[in-house]
Amino acid sequence: MSQLPALVRVFAYLSLLTVGGGMAAFPELTTLTVDVHHWLSFTQLIHLYSLGQLAPGPNMMMIVPIGDWAGGALGAVVVLLAFFGPTALLTFAAGRLWERLEAWPWRTSIQRGLAPVSVGLLLAGCFTMAKGAVTGVETAAIAAGVLLVLLTFRINPALLVVGGAVVGVLSF
Amino acid sequence: MNEGGRAAPVPLGRIFLQFLIIGGTSFGGAVPYLRGSLVTKLGWLDDKEFVELLSISQSLPGLNATNLAILVGDRLRGALGAAAALLGMCLPGGLLMFAVGLVYRQHGDAAWVNGALKGVAAAAVGLVLATVVQLSQRSLERHFDLVFIALTVLAVNRFHLSVLTALVGVGALAILWHRPCRPPA
Repeated sequence: MSQLPALVRVFAYLSLLTVGGGMAAFPELTTLTVDVHHWLSFTQLIHLYSLGQLAPGPNMMMIVPIGDWAGGALGAVVVLLAFFGPTALLTFAAGRLWERLEAWPWRTSIQRGLAPVSVGLLLAGCFTMAKGAVTGVETAAIAAGVLLVLLTFRINPALLVVGGAVVGVLSF
Repeated sequence: MNEGGRAAPVPLGRIFLQFLIIGGTSFGGAVPYLRGSLVTKLGWLDDKEFVELLSISQSLPGLNATNLAILVGDRLRGALGAAAALLGMCLPGGLLMFAVGLVYRQHGDAAWVNGALKGVAAAAVGLVLATVVQLSQRSLERHFDLVFIALTVLAVNRFHLSVLTALVGVGALAILWHRPCRPPA
């Protein structure tokens, strides 16, 4: 059976949840792609997400291989259109409306209200991922090390992810 | 939209090319690269406009990198500009991850690759945590906002509500809490 309609539904839905960042959708991404549709395993999902942090550009391009595995090259294209299409139209419309709403008092309320929720969603996504990615003392040390370095120094995060890979090869 | 007596409109091909360059070189997060390129190097936006568009991007669903590409593209050349910027932004990373997916499927279970991936995944967790801390410092104004963060995390991780339910439910509460003209507490 073709997976394409399911890919469209899942990734169009997920895209609407990415308030604050792609990680906000991670718990739902796990449920839908791993538990419901079995397109990949939880470990594979964590690996792809993490590898995606090494790629330039938007940090959710890891959806492309999921589309490819589930539905071939066409699946990859379909996933991209489903994931970026609806939010692109929404952003386009909202961007134009936003300027006209400058005097609307709720505009500030929406921004201030969504700020803590988007932080909470990122954190929730992070916890979901940590269940599979932080499994012992070594991985916890890598995660804590990256956090501390990023908060202390101005350094390109991609370098630290590469550093994590090096530590991983040497210690596991 | 051509305020501030901006010079001739930027050609679509140039918009596509510049975003293609950013999309292909912005390792470790696109936003600093976008600022460096659009504001400092090209002068297509001033810093105030950039910060304003970034704050719109963060309030809307969608990734910051692609939302910013759309908003900037629209300012420069309308709908076609937005499409050109979005396409340029996504193309390099998308092609790269397509290739990565093929290689991973072939060699993902080799022992050293698995070790590397374990390290990469742990580092990615640290990376998201750092984003959480930095975003909180930048965008939260009141300590009470911590309650909304906690509610969101509990809803998703503890009570296993869908992200959508948490977003709409806690989002509505938080927006009401920050409603206009709230009498000073």
